[in-house]
Amino acid sequence: MTGEDDLVKEFLVESLENLDRLDQDFLAIEKDTSATDRLGSIFRTIHTIKGTCGFLGFNKLESLTHAGESLLSRLRDGALKANVEITSALLGMVDEVRGILASIENTKGEGNGDYSATIQKLTKLKDGAPVEAVEVPTAKTPAAAAQEPPPAAEEDEHEEPAAAPVAVAADAGKPADTNSAAAGSGIRVDVGLLDRLMNLVGELVLARNQILQFTATTENPTLAASTQRLNLITSELQEGVMKTRMQPIGNIWNKFPRIVRDVAQMCGKNVRVEMEGRETELDKTIIEAIKDPLTHIIRNSVDHGIESPEKRRKAGKAEEGRLLLRAFHEGGQVNIEIIDDGAGINTDRVKAKAIERGLITAEQAARMGDREVVNLIFLPGFSTAEKLSNVSGRGVGMDVVKTNIERIGGTVDVQNKPGEGTVLRIKIPLTLAIIPALVITSGGDRFAIPQVSLLELVRLEPDQVKTGIENIRGTPVYRLRGNLLPLVYLNRVFRTQNDHKTDDGSVNIVIVQADERQFGLVVDEINDTEEIVVKPLGKLFKGMTTFAGATIMGDGRVALILDVLGLAQEANVLSDNKDRAMHDTAAQNKDAAAAKQTLLLFRISDTRRMAVPLSLVARLEEFPRSAIEFSNNKMVMQYRSQIMPLISLSEALADNRIETANIADAHRAQGETIQVIVHTKNGRSIGFLVDRIVDVIEESLVLQRTNIRPGVLGSAVLDKKVTDLIDVEGLIHAALPALSEDAAFQAA
Amino acid sequence: MVDDLYFGVEVLQVQEVIRYQQMTRVPLAHAVLRGLINLRGQIVTAIDLRCRLELSPRPEGHLPMNVVVRTGDGVVSLLVDEIGDVLNVEADTFEHPPETLSGIARELITGVYKLKDRLLLIMDTEKAVNVNGLAA
Repeated sequence: MTGEDDLVKEFLVESLENLDRLDQDFLAIEKDTSATDRLGSIFRTIHTIKGTCGFLGFNKLESLTHAGESLLSRLRDGALKANVEITSALLGMVDEVRGILASIENTKGEGNGDYSATIQKLTKLKDGAPVEAVEVPTAKTPAAAAQEPPPAAEEDEHEEPAAAPVAVAADAGKPADTNSAAAGSGIRVDVGLLDRLMNLVGELVLARNQILQFTATTENPTLAASTQRLNLITSELQEGVMKTRMQPIGNIWNKFPRIVRDVAQMCGKNVRVEMEGRETELDKTIIEAIKDPLTHIIRNSVDHGIESPEKRRKAGKAEEGRLLLRAFHEGGQVNIEIIDDGAGINTDRVKAKAIERGLITAEQAARMGDREVVNLIFLPGFSTAEKLSNVSGRGVGMDVVKTNIERIGGTVDVQNKPGEGTVLRIKIPLTLAIIPALVITSGGDRFAIPQVSLLELVRLEPDQVKTGIENIRGTPVYRLRGNLLPLVYLNRVFRTQNDHKTDDGSVNIVIVQADERQFGLVVDEINDTEEIVVKPLGKLFKGMTTFAGATIMGDGRVALILDVLGLAQEANVLSDNKDRAMHDTAAQNKDAAAAKQTLLLFRISDTRRMAVPLSLVARLEEFPRSAIEFSNNKMVMQYRSQIMPLISLSEALADNRIETANIADAHRAQGETIQVIVHTKNGRSIGFLVDRIVDVIEESLVLQRTNIRPGVLGSAVLDKKVTDLIDVEGLIHAALPALSEDAAFQAA
Repeated sequence: MVDDLYFGVEVLQVQEVIRYQQMTRVPLAHAVLRGLINLRGQIVTAIDLRCRLELSPRPEGHLPMNVVVRTGDGVVSLLVDEIGDVLNVEADTFEHPPETLSGIARELITGVYKLKDRLLLIMDTEKAVNVNGLAA
């Protein structure tokens, strides 16, 4: 079957090409009716089409072209002279032929057009009988119109039937012009041959690398010069060969607005397509491979992603949804992004569906972070379409998309923003990609890190290691200019025998970036930066996300290329939970850095720990218990020529009378001395009686206002214990109202 | 030959046979995937048949040979202990795998040819290089 399809394809391609040339030929004839070479060429083209379509069984086409051929034969032999009618009739026939070819391309059949009128006309003309101008319009049969004939035919249809030759010529002229522009000087080459050329160039690049390495070590100047030339030539050759197979992605994108329009109409939605990077070039095989996955993704976006106009209105969005396609080159890879501003992926529904399909268990679902849930859509057997609509969700699904993309060495990633939309990112390596990379050694093996993921290199001397690397909730981190970066020890991730310590105890950290998040990779040694040729790993390593491919180094040995994102996932450095913890800590630290206070810690009983800002403490004193005196039933003592009121904190903060009494008893039972925190304001001092002074600390005060009572501002974790912060003013006010309202005391 | 089992692979499937090549280990890969070799600029995966057949590891110092075969998914190298000869076998000596053959070996064999003094086990290369679903 495919053999026949190929024949038909070739037939279509060649015929359409030839027909385009015919327009120009006809023009020329009108100007000079004796241009027999043109006539000959036209005749041959029609003759060829007739012959082939007979062979392929396209009977209508055969009859049509047969009629044309007969007429042309007489023209060519000079038995007839070309005039307006004849030329128009022939041009009309050419358009109809195009229509049938289009029909064959789309439906494999010739369509329902009736061309008997045209055939009649052509035959009549051949026989020399003049034809009424009226008959000319019949060339435009309804069927031909329905078959979306190329622009040329459309132009003709819109023209008046008995149009002056000028008008016809002008129309024929337009498409002819564009065609001649497009024709250029091209040549058809078998794609397989280009493949072989590409491979050879790849080998040449590797051989060149080896020679380069070798000449670097020898001192021969002539060799060096020749190597340089070899270098330049190889690079240019590589570029050139790659270009032969490159096509702009716009070629497949051009079909999408139409698809989006159709799908949107079917679903009753309103979607606008925007494209960025239409001219980004991709290798032909890649274009073929991603055509279907992209179509599927786009259909999905319109069908499931973008909401109906009313839903959008209710959500405060514009009624027209937006589908953005972006393509760009980045570091040897082609990035294609499909961004919609729809409702995003409903993680709950995804979870439910996955459980229903038996893909995960309920417990697993409960433990998953949002990122992991979103990735469930790539599992085989998954499809959230309630009904298998014609549009998408044919049970084919995202797993096929993922497989297809991975087959060409690419990756797919989904970023979900519930309510706002989805971003689908596809990254595909260019087949023969040469990328700059950093070579490192870890565990005795060499690895390459693509430079595009590289941010910085940090080297910690042995003495800096201890202070530089901190540990937050079990994750080693490194603080880089204030930012906390998780550290990944490559040897640990790869479970190699050797540890990460270098000979002198120093630590090498490669700061890398994956998906907008940064982390540090600890390696044994940092070697060189080189340009390497990326070779895919092959199907056997399908699931290995930590490697982006392999390359052959200058010495002939194979080295693996690290995939930074995969590495991060493998090391669990970027999972939702860890990340949140990191952010929390970072946030806390930020706050902490701003709010470190000096606090005095003390106890008012065996269990109650309290704190007061040291700034409010004038002095810490210890007095014999006998110094307490009573004035007006309140405790006072003589302090520096003043009568200082004393506030027993344990009494003031006691919850009830009984406790107070107990405390009073306890006090009397206590030892000889009392601890007093003296607070002075405007020359007047107040003493706070406490059980014991504990410590003075400097810590960030993150006050939780959970335990607010009169006299307590809140609780905080200070010195690792829960501590209440006393409200000095409140306490004074409660115990000594008169004093606190004293104007002199207040003024401060 | 792997351990003391005598295997045969259809000659047409074999691209070449070469001596031990330096391999680059792939961390975190299945133990069966011993590493990658550089075959004239092409990166070829090497599968250790001993491991694949769940046999004991090769004795120290004994370097394996590479049997480079063509499969549906590309070129793969099979690591074996020794290379034997190219044999022509009679169709009538073909038999189904014997009951005495256990486990994995049984799965990877398509059949057996009775030679004069031993059995030649015919290996299914496609199955041999299929590592999907193997226990880690």
